[in-house]
Amino acid sequence: MAEQGTPVPFRGGGFAPRAKRGVGVVVFIALIALVEWGTRSGWISSLTLPRPSDVLATFGELWSSGRLWEHLAPSLTRFAVGSLFGVCAGIGVGFAIGLFSYARAGLVPLVAALFPIPKIALLPLFVIWFGIDEASKYALIAFGTFTPTVVATYGAVDNVDRTLIRMGQSFGLSWWSIVRKIVLPGAMPGILSGLRISLAIAIILLVAAEMLGAQRGIGAYILEAGSLYDLERLFAGVTILSLLGVAVSFAIGAIEKRLLRWRN
Amino acid sequence: MQLSLVGVAHAYGDADVLTDITLDIPGGRILCIVGPSGCGKSTLLRLIGGLERPTRGQILQMGRAPEGCLNPLTYVFQDFALLPWRSVAGNVRLVLEDHGLPGAEARRIVTDVLARTRLSDFADALPRQLSGGMKQRVAIARALAVNPAVMLMDEPLSALDSQTRELLMDDLVALWTRAPFTSVYVTHNLAEAVRLGHRIVVLSRRPGRIAEMVDIDIPLAERTADHPDLARQQQHLWSIMRDEARAADSELVDG
Repeated sequence: MAEQGTPVPFRGGGFAPRAKRGVGVVVFIALIALVEWGTRSGWISSLTLPRPSDVLATFGELWSSGRLWEHLAPSLTRFAVGSLFGVCAGIGVGFAIGLFSYARAGLVPLVAALFPIPKIALLPLFVIWFGIDEASKYALIAFGTFTPTVVATYGAVDNVDRTLIRMGQSFGLSWWSIVRKIVLPGAMPGILSGLRISLAIAIILLVAAEMLGAQRGIGAYILEAGSLYDLERLFAGVTILSLLGVAVSFAIGAIEKRLLRWRN
Repeated sequence: MQLSLVGVAHAYGDADVLTDITLDIPGGRILCIVGPSGCGKSTLLRLIGGLERPTRGQILQMGRAPEGCLNPLTYVFQDFALLPWRSVAGNVRLVLEDHGLPGAEARRIVTDVLARTRLSDFADALPRQLSGGMKQRVAIARALAVNPAVMLMDEPLSALDSQTRELLMDDLVALWTRAPFTSVYVTHNLAEAVRLGHRIVVLSRRPGRIAEMVDIDIPLAERTADHPDLARQQQHLWSIMRDEARAADSELVDG
């Protein structure tokens, strides 16, 4: 007699998160709506959190008065100049460490020693070295982005498939050709993912630098709001930073999409 | 151009990998090197092409590379070694870029070798879009592009499934029959060796030395998978290798 069969239980699947459109936005909106409702109904006091609609109003006022740009422009300049120097130097030193034995032996311990130093603690020193003006802020951001970029870059160079380099040598490619056409594109994924971290650090340091000795800039704006306990303005400033972070991440994502089209 | 190996020996630290290899690589023929795993056959190939320096002995080029040869000693690797960020044509062009060829000449070479390896329709494809067999054909096209005097093939079919391997062997035979090239072909697969080799060198287990040299006179085009003479040769080679392979198999890798 044929026995009654039971279906084999399914045990596979999972462990493969996929992009779900819109879920991120829903989470944001839900959180904001919760705070809005909480502040309106009174179980969140106005001292704990500002009302999101008030923050939005402050933001709108900042926008319409033109003061937004007044603070954002110097911040963006500092961010761009500082991280450009830091990232370029970091990629250069990272390549040197990845390619030359002496650079590796000499610089890896140095980078390891510099990495954990809280760069903010060095700001007074930078002020003495580079002056109270923009240069010290550039230097702080550059220094802060430099070390993570170095570490990411030389790790990425180390991870370039050695068989590809052997292939290049076996076809008689010049050293420079191998670096340019094999090592650089091979290291690009690692460099770009390192860039995400470096630029996030740059934003953190930007605010830190602006909290010390700056009249304008998002950091100065937040500091001022904080010392007056003006939560609406504080949160408007924080939101701008958050948006800046999202924009940077989006930009790197776009670059990755362009440069790393050959992957998957 | 011929190559001659005189008393070549190689060691990694204290571990001898190859000892006393003396061997002539004749022009216009395919020399197969077989041996149990870890016998140093891939090392020998890297020595022949100058990717590593032998501890002792000499590797000599006899005569000059022919006219128009851009890279006399050219490898085909087991894992293809294609740049994943370059298209098929771009991978072939890579090895021409450092030679200062005029653009039209480089384009002509790329078109020609892609046609010879039946890849013309895939010139713009990326490596990730290709099957293993096609990837290896791209690598072969790239090797042909520099018009090598000697092709150094390091287990070129070992990463492929057996059906693809058969097809690619036919391709190699066709390429050789059309324009005979000199090749050193390293493999652990005896069927490949008897199909493609004019001369087969059997290496002993580590430290590798030449255990036997076998010449097969049957023209490549007449060799089929079920050819009785080839079956006998393969059986003979296996009888030489079996004990070595068994002994090699029971060694510790770092021992």
